[in-house]
Amino acid sequence: MAMAMKRRPMFLNLAQIQMPVGALTSIAHRVTGILLAIGIPFTIYILDLSLQSQQSYASLIHLLDGWAYKAMAVVFVWVLAHHLLAGTRHLLMDVDVGSLLPTARRSAWVVNVGGVVVALLAAGVFL
Amino acid sequence: MRKAVTGLRAWLVQRVSAIYMLLFIVFLLTHFLLDPPTSYLDWRNWMLSPGVSIAASVFFAALFAHAWVGMRDVIMDYVHPIAIRVMVLALLGLGLTGIAAWVIQILWMGHG
Repeated sequence: MAMAMKRRPMFLNLAQIQMPVGALTSIAHRVTGILLAIGIPFTIYILDLSLQSQQSYASLIHLLDGWAYKAMAVVFVWVLAHHLLAGTRHLLMDVDVGSLLPTARRSAWVVNVGGVVVALLAAGVFL
Repeated sequence: MRKAVTGLRAWLVQRVSAIYMLLFIVFLLTHFLLDPPTSYLDWRNWMLSPGVSIAASVFFAALFAHAWVGMRDVIMDYVHPIAIRVMVLALLGLGLTGIAAWVIQILWMGHG
């Protein structure tokens, strides 16, 4: 059994594998999930600053006014938007909405493009 | 058998937490669009009002459960040596627990 497992052919060159659109949605769902998990302490730090005192609130508002933080906020919005849209797509598939291949491919496009559109909207508001 | 049961439970936790978080985020966005806080006191009074802090606490509980299940799956996919896997999972659990304590402190203590 173990020997047979070892001899199975493997081809995992991600740069050469043909990726259907759903694969990109799925990979990005995973990557954005990891990024969001890493972002948890930072987000909570921001919440802490916003509530601690008048001074910490003011310094937070001042900090978030810098362009670097605004750019980070736009990236955060993309990460969150993609994760929420891809997650909603999964939830809908769980109740059999869009689980057939043609619709699934279309909804994968909607998710991938939708995340970027939301981020662009956020850029329009923030920058 | 046991594995199948915990797998189903993780699946359910992931979905229930996701739906609650979605609803809370929509609620938060709606508040920021319709009635954005204009000052520190305004923001603080809203955030720390009982209804909102309870809803936010449930949100964070859902977030930590969701992050635990998601990161656990990722770790089990890529970290194979059992000793390192257990260590990484323990670190994740410890980190999430610490952050949960921090959130309780922010929302329920010290802002009288």
